[in-house]
Amino acid sequence: MKIIVLIKQVPDTSEDRHLDSATGLLDRSSTEGVIDEVNERGLEVALQYKDSHKGTEVVALSMGPQGTSQALRKALSMGADAAIHLLDVNLSGGDAAWTSKALSAALKTTAFDLVVAGNESTDGRGGAVPAMVAERLSLPLLGSISAVDIHSTSVTGQREVESGTLSVRASLPAVITVTERSPEARFPNFKGMLTAKRKPVKTLSLADLSLDPSERSAAARSVVVSVAARPARQAGKKIFDSGTAGVELAEFLAAGRLL
Amino acid sequence: MSNILVLVELSTAGNISRSAGELLSLASTLGTPVAVLATPHVAPGIVTELGSLGAQHVFLGQTETEPMLLLTPQVEALWQAVQKFRPSAVLASSTIDGREAAARLVARTEGVLLANAVAVRFDGERIVATNSVFGGSYSVESTAEGGLPIITVQSGVLEGRAPEVAAHVTVHHLTLNPEGSGVVEGSTAVVASSRPDLRTAGKVVSGGRGMGSKENFALVEELADVLDAAVGASRAAVDAGYVAQSSQVGQTGVSVTPELYIALGISGAIQHRAGMQTAKTIVAINSDEDAPIFDVADFGIVGDVFAVVPQLISAIRSRSQGSS
Ligand SMILES: Cc1cc2nc3c(=O)[nH]c(=O)nc-3n(C[C@H](O)[C@H](O)[C@H](O)COP(=O)(O)OP(=O)(O)OC[C@H]3O[C@@H](n4cnc5c(N)ncnc54)[C@H](O)[C@@H]3O)c2cc1C
Repeated sequence: MKIIVLIKQVPDTSEDRHLDSATGLLDRSSTEGVIDEVNERGLEVALQYKDSHKGTEVVALSMGPQGTSQALRKALSMGADAAIHLLDVNLSGGDAAWTSKALSAALKTTAFDLVVAGNESTDGRGGAVPAMVAERLSLPLLGSISAVDIHSTSVTGQREVESGTLSVRASLPAVITVTERSPEARFPNFKGMLTAKRKPVKTLSLADLSLDPSERSAAARSVVVSVAARPARQAGKKIFDSGTAGVELAEFLAAGRLL
Repeated sequence: MSNILVLVELSTAGNISRSAGELLSLASTLGTPVAVLATPHVAPGIVTELGSLGAQHVFLGQTETEPMLLLTPQVEALWQAVQKFRPSAVLASSTIDGREAAARLVARTEGVLLANAVAVRFDGERIVATNSVFGGSYSVESTAEGGLPIITVQSGVLEGRAPEVAAHVTVHHLTLNPEGSGVVEGSTAVVASSRPDLRTAGKVVSGGRGMGSKENFALVEELADVLDAAVGASRAAVDAGYVAQSSQVGQTGVSVTPELYIALGISGAIQHRAGMQTAKTIVAINSDEDAPIFDVADFGIVGDVFAVVPQLISAIRSRSQGSS
């Protein structure tokens, strides 16, 4: 079984994140990049299968600027066997459609049984790229699942949608996206960190994928028209409860016509 | 006027989801609304209902009953409808189903995805979608160049209703390849709640890890009920099993913009604030005076929720008795 885990490096959600007001693109200088938490959970799903199925190969695939290699190193130290870094100036700032085109082309360079991605990134929040990849590769998609169970020829999971929970199945090869209800990821241990240095990281450019950068400018794309920052919220009144705070709050709500 | 396709989602029980009305209403401000859905059952009631929500046309992609394919019928129905109606935009709800169907349609049509819109308008010939980034810290307007705009729209942010019409209907038999699709093997419907829906509620009462247990979380629900509010939660409260995940507010949960948001025993991590900091009025009760939730609260109480909230509930009850 060969499992490819898609990984995105994102700004840490525990810090303030910023957009470049001219381009509307992420200001990468303002925050430290980390592996998006949901992608670590995706990697955990793959690694748990590998723990109990000898001969499983787990490959981390990420598209992003130079610094993305750190995220891939972390994935290797957690237990992935190899990594692929899709790196090209003509990929930066690409929209979801272009990103999915490049990732699909990279996936075509290698054989696999399963692609595991996150249901939604914490920066873009579009929840779209893995679905586009599945469509481009004509593979079945099980999106937004938890309780993932990988079998030799199929994969199953629970999909929680607004109106209920669905039990879903797809035959392999397939693309799945996991939610944050998947188990928390393991921490890299010392041995993992040492062996990570010896594991292969392959870098692929657009040329390696036979993708022409001019295709991007010719392609349909989303274009930012304007960016406006909202002023930060100000703290209001703060009281210490001395036994009557509940009554005071009821008065505050009544005064604001909120009762 | 140009056609605007709307993906209509059906619940596991086969009912038209609430987002359909919001999307059809938005579509009617942009052009001629065309409702697109995929179902094995061509019930005439559905067409009438979609017409009453403003759909001029209903494009009904008919599938086999078995196997039940996961979203592939919806994508195929949209794809057929795109070719038939040559729309100037496609709208889907920013739900799990809507987002995946929209994304797959973008790949199939080489269109352009405009994700998580809170507003959509025409600026001359081009369509402009507004979305709210990083928990409302930024508002970004985008347009589509060189391809069909396929827009996912946040539910609960749109108001208004399209005029009622008698819809024309087209039934199209979908040809699908089960091999290339996920399959739905079973489903359980969520138990309908009598409380207001979290996404659209005017008031939200949320509880966090500070509630301590599932039993104690009932206090959050009790306050919600006296205020006629929806129940929300932090991720820590969901992880601890106090409440269902559909109640999670924040970065990876629901984003809410109510008139009133009350946070009980929630520290106010940046990921939680990302889902509620655009509320009109924020109230926080927390025993830690340094909790970051107080940085965004209009009225903060440093205190024990188990002392303050019961007192608040009886104060509200006696007020409403006094006034009635
Ligand atoms: C990628 C990512 C996404 C995330 N997405 C979300 C999200 O969508 N939503 C979300 O909420 N979190 C999210 N988180 C988690 C977030 O970082 C916090 O861990 C979480 O919000 C904490 O929940 P909490 O405030 O209930 O718990 P805690 O931080 O443990 O706070 C509990 C609070 O209760 C107070 N308290 C305890 N007892 C009492 C009492 N008797 N009376 C009054 N106060 C009391 C304490 O002082 C404390 O402030 C995300 C994290 C990551 C990494």
